[in-house]
Amino acid sequence: MATGIRDKVAILSMGCSKFGERWDAGPEDLMLEAFNEALQTSGIEKAQIGAAWLGVCLEENNVGKTAGPLAQALRLPGIAATRVENACATGSEALRGAAYAIASGAYDFVLALGVEKLKDTGYGGLPVRTRGVNNDLWLPNSTAPGAFAQLASAYAAKHGIDMKDLKRAMAHVSIKSHDNGSLNPKAHLRNRITEEDVFKAPTIAAPLGLYDCCGVSDGAACAILTTPELARALKPNAEIISIKALDISVSNGEEASFQQWDGASIATARRASALAYASANVTNPREQIHMAEVHDCFSITEAVLMEDLGFSQPGRMVNDILDGVFDRQGKLPVQVDGGLKCFGHPIGASGLRMVYEIYQQLIGQAGDRQLQKIDLGLTQNLGGHPHQNVCSVSIVGRYGA
Amino acid sequence: MTMENEHGLLATSRYVPRMRLERSEIFAQHRWMAPGLKGLSKGQKAMANWDEDGVTMAVEAVRGLQLDRTLVNALTLASTSLPFAERINAGIVASALNLPSSSSVRDVSSSYRSGSTELLRALSGAQAGTQVIVASEKRSPKPASSSEMIQGDGAAAVCIGTGPIIASLVASHSEYADFVDHFRESGEPHEYGWEERWTRDEGYMKIAVHAIRLCLDKHGVKGTDIAHFVMPAVLSKINESIAKKLGFTEAKVVDTHRDTVGDLGSAQPLAMLDTALRQAKPGELILLACFGSGCDVILLRRTSVPCPGNEPLHFKSETNYLKYLSFNHQIELDWGMRAEMDNKTALTAAWRDHGRISNFEGGKCTKCGTVQFPSGRLCVNPQCNAQDSQQPFSLADEAAHVLSHTSDYLAYTPHPPFQFGHIDFQSGARVLMEFTDTDQEELHSSLPVRMVYRIKEFDTKRGFRRYFWKATPVRSNSVEQGK
Repeated sequence: MATGIRDKVAILSMGCSKFGERWDAGPEDLMLEAFNEALQTSGIEKAQIGAAWLGVCLEENNVGKTAGPLAQALRLPGIAATRVENACATGSEALRGAAYAIASGAYDFVLALGVEKLKDTGYGGLPVRTRGVNNDLWLPNSTAPGAFAQLASAYAAKHGIDMKDLKRAMAHVSIKSHDNGSLNPKAHLRNRITEEDVFKAPTIAAPLGLYDCCGVSDGAACAILTTPELARALKPNAEIISIKALDISVSNGEEASFQQWDGASIATARRASALAYASANVTNPREQIHMAEVHDCFSITEAVLMEDLGFSQPGRMVNDILDGVFDRQGKLPVQVDGGLKCFGHPIGASGLRMVYEIYQQLIGQAGDRQLQKIDLGLTQNLGGHPHQNVCSVSIVGRYGA
Repeated sequence: MTMENEHGLLATSRYVPRMRLERSEIFAQHRWMAPGLKGLSKGQKAMANWDEDGVTMAVEAVRGLQLDRTLVNALTLASTSLPFAERINAGIVASALNLPSSSSVRDVSSSYRSGSTELLRALSGAQAGTQVIVASEKRSPKPASSSEMIQGDGAAAVCIGTGPIIASLVASHSEYADFVDHFRESGEPHEYGWEERWTRDEGYMKIAVHAIRLCLDKHGVKGTDIAHFVMPAVLSKINESIAKKLGFTEAKVVDTHRDTVGDLGSAQPLAMLDTALRQAKPGELILLACFGSGCDVILLRRTSVPCPGNEPLHFKSETNYLKYLSFNHQIELDWGMRAEMDNKTALTAAWRDHGRISNFEGGKCTKCGTVQFPSGRLCVNPQCNAQDSQQPFSLADEAAHVLSHTSDYLAYTPHPPFQFGHIDFQSGARVLMEFTDTDQEELHSSLPVRMVYRIKEFDTKRGFRRYFWKATPVRSNSVEQGK
């Protein structure tokens, strides 16, 4: 009988590079920047790491294939290294692979590292690419903002909400994240914005304007994992931060091809969060989850996720967002570090960057953003498009919480 | 005088693209160097969208015939502007229409008379079965030429066979003459034309008049018997002059739609015939003459059978001449790096699933009835998931509506913004699709849409284009829109 992942794996330390348009840095620089931070605070030597997982999504635009680029950048001593890719959940997949290796008892210490060097394409936004030889014959060659903009039209129609009200809520999502990002030295965008800024910005994919879209940036983040026992032995005075849930749900084509899905929600987020809540013994997420870093690739994505993750009642997210429930001072702060909105989205790094913020909050190192109460934090990634995607939900918290 | 089992014309149709370029806007751009174009600057000309070509417009024209396509034995595509020099263009049309695989398909080209010549052959021939002739033109006339002013984009189709015919053949005559009023060598982008007054005096007034006279005399038909005179002519007033010369005193000179559509090249005789048939009363004689390296003359008698289908009335005024040039690949704009994507088509994969792409074929599960696109080995219905249970099911003519949508300004498209969304079909299928011929303000959830066959992408590196179906708003055909 499977017993899940809860409290079987401890996060010994984490690292995160500065995110942004890192014209100065190649992927190897970003990887080393994150790794140095993690190793320094881990209490172990590099040689003690038994295996490593590298998350990179668009490898053809940066490091190329295999985990070799990680092994070379960190001069890992010939240990097992595995490259994983699962679209925007790539960073979370690296963490998941590494965590299972600890939980299995195969290794004492492992590394999960995600990196993405996106700003070598010559243009803004994510790189254009083939969707596979068969899909290219019929699927629209859509962009990410276009795909996620669909959510807004379907949500407004389904709930009979005026697009103006929905856009105000979407604007608040971005304003809140910029407020948070302004307090984060590692964020790419650190400016505050107003509703007027949001509304007067150019349209990217109707109804999404520029400020409804997250940035595209370079970055890396990593975690060194071990068992709770070894963590206690290495850091006897520190509280153990452990993994409560690492769940993934992947669309099987039902949303895309069967008329049951409403087009206004993320079906995989509902499944993955249900699994994660069961794993973490969470029965009332709005009360028990103290902060969340969700996949705010676009403001509307974050907005609908509030319902899919059980933070808002169906049809109520506009009210909750405008009421400030998810602001840093609100009941359930979301994107406390600034989110994808202010960090940008170096795909392979984002999942680990989210966990990094929760980890910083849990160990009380979040600086100006430090929350008063946090026992459990949730991260969520969404790879692909609303109708066909990979969704990961991870929960991290104090050991035993 | 319904003719239930005669051989003749069963249906005709016209397809005219939605956009109509204002000729005054063309003239405004050329006035500085070609003030003489002013005389041609009245009205509008039909302008194909970027994703239309001779093939896609032919598909729409044939759909307009409202045929039982399983009965078609042959499809002929006539055009001087077909997209492929090698690859049967008519085969692309036939595949999109899912005509029987035993249909004979062929392209005829090199003359604006190719459409009428094929019509004459089919009407007078004894070929058994149902034949479709479709003529379609999307030409790129040279900027500032009179052709640029005169020519429009569009297609027209006719169906010939045995059944409830709308018109029967009374008489015909054809003459050839290597009278070179214009020419275009293989590989050249533009035609080269001689003085129009010479074409009028020595061509129309002699060759065409002679051919028409022979046709009438051969069958003892008087000029006053003609009720509708159909003759494509890019020069104004020629039709009236010929009608007068031939004593067609009772005839209605059928509109060339010069001021609203423009000359459709090889499609023009068929398009004008469609106009004439819809106006003609039972029993009336229609004379179709098509001049070009000779002349085809076809004399038809209208029956009382109603003409299937409708006239294409919907249109939208377009005032951007640079957009027209860009759609016709006559000006190269900087589309940015997103346009650099390699659109190489895996021809093996395209053939493996050719029904999916050509005829929008999905699958219908024989276990649970779920229609799905694309079809797969396992049914998408989570309550079913049956294996190998799906039968082919085309979505091309299915009623559908919009579930979600966007107009995307980031994605590359030759006609920004890139509009796409989830489309729900009446049959239960759902497909993420591009929109075409859609105004941004029109898009809303639940908007009824129909499917049209269009160019999906160009592979400029290899000289290939791939086609797929797109969604477009269902528009009432009786309502005209425009400036």
